[in-house]
Amino acid sequence: MAIKDITLGQYYPAESPVHRLDPRTKIVGTVVYMVSLFCVNSFSAFALSILLLGTVIAVSKVPLRFIAKGLKPVLILIILTMLINLFLTPGELLLSLGPLKVTEEGIYRAAFMALRLVLLIFGSSMLTLTTKPIQLTDGMEALMKPFEKIGLPAHELAMMMTIALRFIPTLMDETDKIMKAQTARGADFESGNFKEKAKALVPLLVPLFVSAFRIAGDLAMAMEARCYRGGEGRTRMNPMRYSGRDGAAALILALYLAVIIFSRTLGLF
Amino acid sequence: MESIISVKDLRFAYEDEEGELQTVLDGVSLEIEKGSFVAMVGPNGSGKSTLAKNLNALLLPQSGKVYADGMDTSDDSLLWEIRRSVGMVFQNPDNQLVSAVVEDDIAFGPENIGVPPEEIRQRVDSALEAVGMSRFAKQAPHMLSGGQKQRIAIAGVLAMQPDVMVFDEPTAMLDPRGRGEIMAIIEQLHDAGKTVILITHFMEEAARADRIIVLKDGKIAADGTPREIYSMSEQLHGMKLELPFAVELARRLRAGGLDLPADILSEEELAEALCSLK
Repeated sequence: MAIKDITLGQYYPAESPVHRLDPRTKIVGTVVYMVSLFCVNSFSAFALSILLLGTVIAVSKVPLRFIAKGLKPVLILIILTMLINLFLTPGELLLSLGPLKVTEEGIYRAAFMALRLVLLIFGSSMLTLTTKPIQLTDGMEALMKPFEKIGLPAHELAMMMTIALRFIPTLMDETDKIMKAQTARGADFESGNFKEKAKALVPLLVPLFVSAFRIAGDLAMAMEARCYRGGEGRTRMNPMRYSGRDGAAALILALYLAVIIFSRTLGLF
Repeated sequence: MESIISVKDLRFAYEDEEGELQTVLDGVSLEIEKGSFVAMVGPNGSGKSTLAKNLNALLLPQSGKVYADGMDTSDDSLLWEIRRSVGMVFQNPDNQLVSAVVEDDIAFGPENIGVPPEEIRQRVDSALEAVGMSRFAKQAPHMLSGGQKQRIAIAGVLAMQPDVMVFDEPTAMLDPRGRGEIMAIIEQLHDAGKTVILITHFMEEAARADRIIVLKDGKIAADGTPREIYSMSEQLHGMKLELPFAVELARRLRAGGLDLPADILSEEELAEALCSLK
């Protein structure tokens, strides 16, 4: 069945040092990298950011076209930002096309913004492309753990994500089944305008919700039967361990961040 | 023989939508011997599933007592040890798997009871091997067939090293092939020394047990070996329970005047009896 073949998230399976990094390292690294992109204010510093990400991509063995796919949904946003920056930045006039004025600063800012957005998207895609959803969940749980003291339900949130990942295909199957059953009884999901289509979804959504609740009840029972009682006293089959690789990655990242910050405050580049 | 499950005058009632109490279990008492293979059969609404859920404290007796391996299920402090020692496999294979990776799912139970990581690994591997699913360790459950999913669910319970395994209609949602796979594993587990309680409405499956308990309207209607139970064909018909094919055929042949022994259980036995006629 086609609906079953969907891949979850956008993980790209490969054997690489980037794939083998601890998920915590990758999550923190991605956040640091994204923040660094907002500190960057010169082309030479951008060159450094590009160099770092380029190296990570090369090492990860993920083909560039996979990463570029992430750009598609935000392409319009990028173009729009570029245009707005290009025409609406005050400064030294270079060119004027009727009411539209292109300034030198405008060109700079448009290029900066575009680069920044592309790097942001590439950077975050690298996280999801090289980390399995389940590892991401584990990593987030571990990172959120310290905040449990102030009442953040870290384990529960991670368990919810795990279950959501597990049940997306099951619910897709369920949707497929209900849709077929309704179609067999004359329901029409294809034709009509937007309003009619939305209306046609009601007989699909109601049974879907009912069955989601039933599944939740069954699952809760099965989890309790297997001694589930929250995160306390729980062990893990594969506890996360930092390795030398993670140390090296952290060091590179720290150096990178230091250079970016220094260059900004001292205006080195 | 020492008994591992002991139910004493268990009563249980649900409140229905109108707020009226519906009695599901009406004074059930039974002992289950360690290492035995017991099948519980009965028509819909006979209370067999409710009884099963009382065995590992998923439901608690409203009156009466249930002891699992000597532990009183209504004692809160023993809850987790009871659930570890009495594992349960449910009907719908999809709705009892927690993780999107097979081996992580099997590790779920041992993780919950705080088994050290290295030991979890060993338990997961041996549980996978016991159900013949080792090569699916890294796969996603939704890519597997119903029978395979149910085998993963069994492995998940097995990894907690329970003494008793309760199967609540484990084959009801499977195709004949999956059904065969699961029954073969259940027999293996019994051979390996586990106490097996199989709730089913397939009489063919119940025939493989050493003992059949028939429930009707929340009471034990009959309790005996498969041969004893199947000889009460009139009563079973009254409860809408169908005899296994071979047993039913032998009964009709006998009624038609053929001289066949009354205790035929399987098709092989029937064939043999037919061949030795005349």
